[in-house]
Amino acid sequence: MKTIKMINISRRNAIALMLGTAGYIMTSGIAFASKELILKRIDEITKGKGAKELDIFLDLPEIAENGNQVKVNFEIESEMTKENYIKNVYILADGNPAPDVAKFFFTPDMGVCSATTRIRLSKTQNVVLVAENNKNEYFMTKSKVKVTIGGCGG
Amino acid sequence: MSKVKPRGKVPKKAAIDEVIEIKTLIRHPMHSGRMKDKDGKNIPRQIINSFKVDFEGKEIFKMKLEPSISTNPYIAFPYKAKKTGTFNFEWKDDSGNTYTMKRKMTVS
Repeated sequence: MKTIKMINISRRNAIALMLGTAGYIMTSGIAFASKELILKRIDEITKGKGAKELDIFLDLPEIAENGNQVKVNFEIESEMTKENYIKNVYILADGNPAPDVAKFFFTPDMGVCSATTRIRLSKTQNVVLVAENNKNEYFMTKSKVKVTIGGCGG
Repeated sequence: MSKVKPRGKVPKKAAIDEVIEIKTLIRHPMHSGRMKDKDGKNIPRQIINSFKVDFEGKEIFKMKLEPSISTNPYIAFPYKAKKTGTFNFEWKDDSGNTYTMKRKMTVS
């Protein structure tokens, strides 16, 4: 009897464990599908070098009531001289049908590295900014935006 | 495409080494290719895909736009004023149409 009981418990445990792992794999698979795409895209942009997390001023609303018009403003501290300036800035979104949102090309003539635009967000997600300077170094930051009404059409 | 109309705001006057802000807006539907019309048919992708700004023939700012940019793309960016001259703005869409705009600035 004792042995049977023990088997029962272990089987129950085993099933619970199996269900648990299956559930974990399924949910994590769904949750990270687009994040993986973003990581892949960052890898492509940085040519495998990876980007350093940097405190870049990325201004996005915490909650966007309308995902069709979400204002994005960023400012990156840089000398913006010919020897040292931010060359490219990529805006990516990990919950949109395509990860790329925009690419900005800056020149030292601008004096300051900043820009503003309006983007579409289909659902609550992270907006990622990747910056590249003229020495081919990469920096990134991200911000989470809660979207009440999605903005990618039906 | 008569609806497409570029607009821009550049300060008329600036001091030397002053960082000015240039604001632009172009009226464009920016069909992402994912939206449907009233009959449930897909509206083909039709977006502004590039934006470029020259100052006196020298490129100062460029941007690549994707379908995730909102209808009527608004773009604002800074510029360090050095001399009097003309800004040349250029937008291009998927069908190869080009929309241009000129703005003058006096630096004293």
